Amino acid sequence: MQQAGIRAIPRGASARSFISRVLILVFALGFGLAARGEARTESFSPAIQAEIAQLGSKNRKTRRRAALGLAKRLEPKLLPLLLALREGSLYRWKPESGEARFVIGGDAVTRGEVEYVPLFSIHGKKRLTSADGKPLFVPDGGLRKIRAGRRIRRAVKPYLNQLQSSAQLHSADPNVRRAAATRMARVGDKDLIPLLDKVLENETHWLGRHALIEAKALIRLKSPNPEERRSAAAALGEIHGLNAVSVLQRLAEKDTDASVRAAASDAIGEIEGYLSWTATIDTLFRGLSLGSILLLMALGLAIVFGLMGVINMAHGELMMLGAYATFIIQGVFISYLPQNYFGWYFLLALPVAFLASALMGFLMEVSIIRHLYGRPLETLLTTWGISLILQQAVRQVFGAQNVDVKSPEWLSGGYHLMVGVQFPYNRMFIIALAVFCVVGTYLFLFRTRAGLRIRAVTQNRGMSTCLGVPSRRVDAGTFAFGAGLAGMAGAALSQVGNVGPALGQNYIVDSFMVVVTGGVGKILGTIVAGFGIGGMNKMLEPAMGAVFGKVVILVLVILFLQRRPEGLFAIRTRGA
Amino acid sequence: MGGILVMKWRILETWVKQNRNDNLTEPQESRKETPLYFHPVVEDFLCSLRYPGCLRQLLKPLAYYYGDRKMKKKKLTGTEKLSRRKFLKKAGVMGLGAAAMSALPFPNVIRAAEPVKIGVLHSLSGTMAISEVSLRDVVLMAVEEINAAGGVMKRPIKPVVVDPASDWDLFAEKAKQLLLKDKVDVTFGCWTSVSRKSVLPVYEKNNGLLFYPVQYEGEECSKNVFYTGATPNQQLIPAADYMMSEDGGGFKKFYLLGTDYVFPRTANKILRAFLLAKGVPAANIMEEYTPFHHQDYQTIVGKVKSFASGGDAAVLSTINGDSNVPFYKEFANQGLRSEDVPIMAFSVAEDELRGMDSKSLVGHLAAWNYYQSIDTPQNKTFVKNFKTYCKKKGLPGGASRVTDDPIEAAYLGVYIWKQAVEKAGTTKVDAVRKAAYGMGFEAPGGFKKIDEKNHHLHKPVLIGEILKNGQFEIVSQTKGLVAPEPWSKYTSPDKSCDWVNHQGTYKKTTT
Repeated sequence: MQQAGIRAIPRGASARSFISRVLILVFALGFGLAARGEARTESFSPAIQAEIAQLGSKNRKTRRRAALGLAKRLEPKLLPLLLALREGSLYRWKPESGEARFVIGGDAVTRGEVEYVPLFSIHGKKRLTSADGKPLFVPDGGLRKIRAGRRIRRAVKPYLNQLQSSAQLHSADPNVRRAAATRMARVGDKDLIPLLDKVLENETHWLGRHALIEAKALIRLKSPNPEERRSAAAALGEIHGLNAVSVLQRLAEKDTDASVRAAASDAIGEIEGYLSWTATIDTLFRGLSLGSILLLMALGLAIVFGLMGVINMAHGELMMLGAYATFIIQGVFISYLPQNYFGWYFLLALPVAFLASALMGFLMEVSIIRHLYGRPLETLLTTWGISLILQQAVRQVFGAQNVDVKSPEWLSGGYHLMVGVQFPYNRMFIIALAVFCVVGTYLFLFRTRAGLRIRAVTQNRGMSTCLGVPSRRVDAGTFAFGAGLAGMAGAALSQVGNVGPALGQNYIVDSFMVVVTGGVGKILGTIVAGFGIGGMNKMLEPAMGAVFGKVVILVLVILFLQRRPEGLFAIRTRGA
Repeated sequence: MGGILVMKWRILETWVKQNRNDNLTEPQESRKETPLYFHPVVEDFLCSLRYPGCLRQLLKPLAYYYGDRKMKKKKLTGTEKLSRRKFLKKAGVMGLGAAAMSALPFPNVIRAAEPVKIGVLHSLSGTMAISEVSLRDVVLMAVEEINAAGGVMKRPIKPVVVDPASDWDLFAEKAKQLLLKDKVDVTFGCWTSVSRKSVLPVYEKNNGLLFYPVQYEGEECSKNVFYTGATPNQQLIPAADYMMSEDGGGFKKFYLLGTDYVFPRTANKILRAFLLAKGVPAANIMEEYTPFHHQDYQTIVGKVKSFASGGDAAVLSTINGDSNVPFYKEFANQGLRSEDVPIMAFSVAEDELRGMDSKSLVGHLAAWNYYQSIDTPQNKTFVKNFKTYCKKKGLPGGASRVTDDPIEAAYLGVYIWKQAVEKAGTTKVDAVRKAAYGMGFEAPGGFKKIDEKNHHLHKPVLIGEILKNGQFEIVSQTKGLVAPEPWSKYTSPDKSCDWVNHQGTYKKTTT
């Protein structure tokens, strides 16, 4: 929804029902005046208008004929109307003053008991505004829906698809253009080539160009002329047309012409060679991504368990709190800030998640864990109990359902490195965040006074205390810092997974596995173990499947720990 | 001595069991009339002879008796005020008495205004709470509605809600508690197949009645369960059929993706058999499983991507629960679009979509027997009532709660039971069961019918496309109702389920 809409009807106003009621009153008064102020813009030709009018007919056959007639025109301007007809968001609306007319309804907004629908014009889907320039909302009851049954939708579908694809060829988003070109190539015939050529002239994005050239070659593969087929196959091999593999395979086996068969198998060979490249790059990236997630999860634990020796079973729940903090920040942004700032909520959510979990960690340390130092079994049981309490508390407050944490626009989609290789933005962000956290932790531990104290207390508590280090305060601070890192990991995980009360349970085992494998007490070990396990997992998974891949990883970790119980990097201290 | 006792119990037990199966008597009703049909301890003892799991239950009170006798501190009251020998003797006599009574035709005594107890057996904590809490809510709403309208046979319904905490063993224990201690006439409960399997012996042993509201893998046919969710043929087959049809996109390659447990395994077995039967070559079918709570779908989506690169490929997903969000997100982020490679999901409904960022799901498909978006006045009222109910009770989510297929199935279960009870004129399990056969019912999502023989429902199958607001647009609908097939004809062509002419599952003779 646009920004103006929010000003008029603030979202999330359910908590402020009084205000919203007043607003509704204003609306109810407002929309009566609406139609008057609305300027007449462009309109369709009379013939089209007549057909549109027939859509409102009570007779189903008339409606179907009208819809089909409109679709067959393949008129790009009719696309919004036809799409709305298919979606069931086309309405006939009679303003209090003036004639009944067709409108497109947007997503309804519920205020109190009534649903309000924003209206758009059928020509170009422009937002309709009321007299005072505010967007127009109409209560649900005041609209008559134009019903498009299954038969109408089905009859209109091929025309609509064609319209949509050719409209998408001109889309601003290169990914949409690409997908449209590929789709058209699959169903299209040689009549499409001039259109594709024309689009190709103006296409500047390298991927778009690739898709268009591929589409053209795919269409030429269907040609009756063997020479044309041969050159198309060769072209596809040259440009690495990944979408053509199955067609080429069919050609390589069944084509009547021997030269075409040879060209097709050559092309397949070339594409497959290219695919093995992309597969390697993909696997590397996936390993890096999984490794960075493992590292983020384990970093907090490496501090709490590794440095302090506290077996914190509630580590996963601290991550969960971070994720819920993200959810709350998102809610605040939706309710109190205009739409176009929404994308930035996640950047604010990261420090908030850190602080929320750090606070919880601090409270845990001060109230409970402090009294259990040196008693690992009791600590384990107590923190496990805390984890259960936290889970059920979240369930009571937010409900047992997962909550919906939306990805901001800039973290959706991915970056195309080369044809067939796409790196999702959210994963790249997490890799960057992991690097940031590791560097931050390193600087904190080795370049600050507080870090120095933490290391001192870790290495020799008694001596540090003698030298005037307030070891209790340092403990609380260290624990809070580890907890905060867990919270930040939780916030990051909300972008790849779901956020629910059981979130922590999914990650706790992996976190411990990474820390133990890396060697307790060594941050470097955690880093190496995180990326090692992540990379191994991703290398094994394509061959073995997800289930066995995981089993093999666990077996390998066990075998490794049998051999080196102290982990990758053994800590050497004089004992503390 | 012990051996003789055991033998005695066995004889007694078989005798009672035979009498029960003769259907002359209604043990449940007589249990109501004679509060001590069997002392719970005796029940447990008998049960433990066949199911070792009951031993645990049995040992608890025994330990209690022993402890007391030794310490002689606390005075026992009521039925507990018994020495072991006395208690065994008395229980035996009572058992015999009850058995004798149950052998006689017992008059129907219905006391007006005495509440009818029903059990609600859904996890309210633990991992399954995410799905099951909504079902508890809707069952309680149905109860409230029925009570407001005068109750069942003019008797109010009193729900007994227990929390099996997503723990399979606890499901059986709680079911036992509901049947023997609370003496409920019917239970509404369970979600996962494993929880159902765990309570099944309890209900069969005690001739209880369970309404199970979730779509499941079939291959089961119990006398004591009514399955109000879909059987495989009421969800999987029409969905695959739709994907292959011209209307659905004419897909020719299928990636069967699921979480590694019984439902996806069975579902994919059936789907594979169906696709092969329809002429899809085996090379065009991929099958893959992920562990529970799998979060990292990079590799699998990569595989789907290369599988689909030739076009005409679709994903049939039985991915369960919290793996869905990472899967759909990764799917969108790697550049796969619903127009080109749609995902047909069998475990994603409106209630799950509530907790997902629906942006990456728009345009993908699902197959169910009900959607919140069904455009009928009955359904609109149902949806509105549910929202109002959740808001009124201050449940999390309040008025933003949604209905979906299992919620509707749970809701209509209560009404089917009510209708059957009123038809039978009693709450006795066997009578209710028989009354329910072939019964039609006007559900929120339209007319549905209980099969004449096999305890499942005839339902329509709807294919829905996910919209931006987390609702479904219905894009395809079967003509009329689809008959349930607990045993799929593609994987078990020789088996069928029938409680009228046969004793449950039987082998079809090929004639």
